Amino acid sequence: MKLIVAIIQPYRLEEVKQALYRNDINLMTVSEVLGHGRQMGVNEVYRGVRETGNLLRKLRLEIAVNDKFVEPAVEAIVAGAKTGETGDGKIFILPLEECVRIRTEERGSKAIG
Amino acid sequence: MNGADTAWVLMSAALVMLMTPALGFFYGGMVRKKNVLSVLMKAFITLAVISMQWMVIGYSLSFGEGNGFIGGFGHFMLNGVGQEGSNYAPNIPGLAFMIFQAMFAVITPALIFGAFVERVKFSSFLLFTVLWATFIYNPICHWVWGKGGWLAEMGALDFAGGIVVHVSAGIAALVTAFVIGKRKGTESLGPIPHNLPFTVLGAGLLWFGWFGFNAGSALGANGIAANAFVTTNMAASSAAVTWAVIEWIRNGKPTMLGTVSGAIAGLATITPSAGFVDAGAALIIGVIASMLCFVAVSIIKMKFKYDDSLDAFGVHGVGGMIGPLLTGVFANPAVNALGTGLLFGNPKQLVIQAAAVGATIVYSFIGTFIIFKVIDLLMGVRLKERDENIGVDLSQHNERAYTLIE
Repeated sequence: MKLIVAIIQPYRLEEVKQALYRNDINLMTVSEVLGHGRQMGVNEVYRGVRETGNLLRKLRLEIAVNDKFVEPAVEAIVAGAKTGETGDGKIFILPLEECVRIRTEERGSKAIG
Repeated sequence: MNGADTAWVLMSAALVMLMTPALGFFYGGMVRKKNVLSVLMKAFITLAVISMQWMVIGYSLSFGEGNGFIGGFGHFMLNGVGQEGSNYAPNIPGLAFMIFQAMFAVITPALIFGAFVERVKFSSFLLFTVLWATFIYNPICHWVWGKGGWLAEMGALDFAGGIVVHVSAGIAALVTAFVIGKRKGTESLGPIPHNLPFTVLGAGLLWFGWFGFNAGSALGANGIAANAFVTTNMAASSAAVTWAVIEWIRNGKPTMLGTVSGAIAGLATITPSAGFVDAGAALIIGVIASMLCFVAVSIIKMKFKYDDSLDAFGVHGVGGMIGPLLTGVFANPAVNALGTGLLFGNPKQLVIQAAAVGATIVYSFIGTFIIFKVIDLLMGVRLKERDENIGVDLSQHNERAYTLIE
């Protein structure tokens, strides 16, 4: 079992979702986050005061998958989120210890999908 | 010179002034949160810039001495517009009439941007707004309301701007939506209003301001003003209820956005009739307005696949086009001796109304296309894709409306 955490551009969410559905991955958690990578954010000016390097809005996707779904998930996220511009985001893959479905109390691989 | 009339017209000018920021909120709630400031900014800057354009040259081109097509330069920089009455309204100061009309000149181009928000360069928008006010609004205003204007001479009835405001802006909205193309990122999602309470706030303030728009157009504190006030309220109400009922029947539930859209459709449609029809006719006009505007935004738009983002054409354009025609049907000489419609034995009025609407459609369509296209060729009207994706607030104004943390 793995936990895939992906940081993507907000406006690519729809494409990423569709690509994931095509690869049979239908479960995900999405949250709004701020951050920047190499882009170093944007400048903002309030009443003449410039604030440099402000954080940009991004989305964080968290998807728990069984091992055979890791590659399809990564592939789908890349396909949906890649524009070739800086700021497209990152994908992190973490080992996942355990997973519990609350409704049935199932554990492990069964509980994920 | 009449004190009561002057007080009412000045108050009405203030009411109509509020409508443009209100329009900003009405439209702003319907866009994505990364673009809301850019919409409020468009409304606010239009209020400031077109106020100036009007006082420098717009009033003169619209209401100055000229020919049938356009006024002249006689009132450049408000020359000859003072505390005395004018030949448009001898009962109030010329300055009061001028500033009341200024607010109409302001809100008309502001209506258009609902069609192309979320993807337009601010500089191009600004240039478009000034040129449009000068070359489209000022002539059309002169045709219908100016002394010697050719539609006025023909006998066209437009109490408060159905033709001058809603037809001209609505058609311009359709043209600009086609020229600029669809927004990015809304294809699969459809429009996502980020803050409907803003939209409702805006709609409520628009309704409030519309009393100045319509009842103020009587240019006096009198029975016609009271009639216009009542018909305005009636049409807004019946149109709001009609839209909610249509949704209830079609989709199972009435919606907030639908109800306020209905109200605005009713207000836009009653505008040319407000001082010519009775309350019963206003009720019917509101119902018809909602039905036709509903068809325009939910069926026709889907069919032709243009992205009139906030339905500037679907609500204002369609409402604007049917309004003057309904004036030609329902105008009641018992309400106002100046207008007699089809139902009261004057079918010719309907023909005149149709001709006036047709001429305005053609002129606004061609003129807007030329202006918008020329600006596009000169400097481009559309944002770079990356800027559009980041959002107009950040890319065009270096600001954002909301913080995520604190």
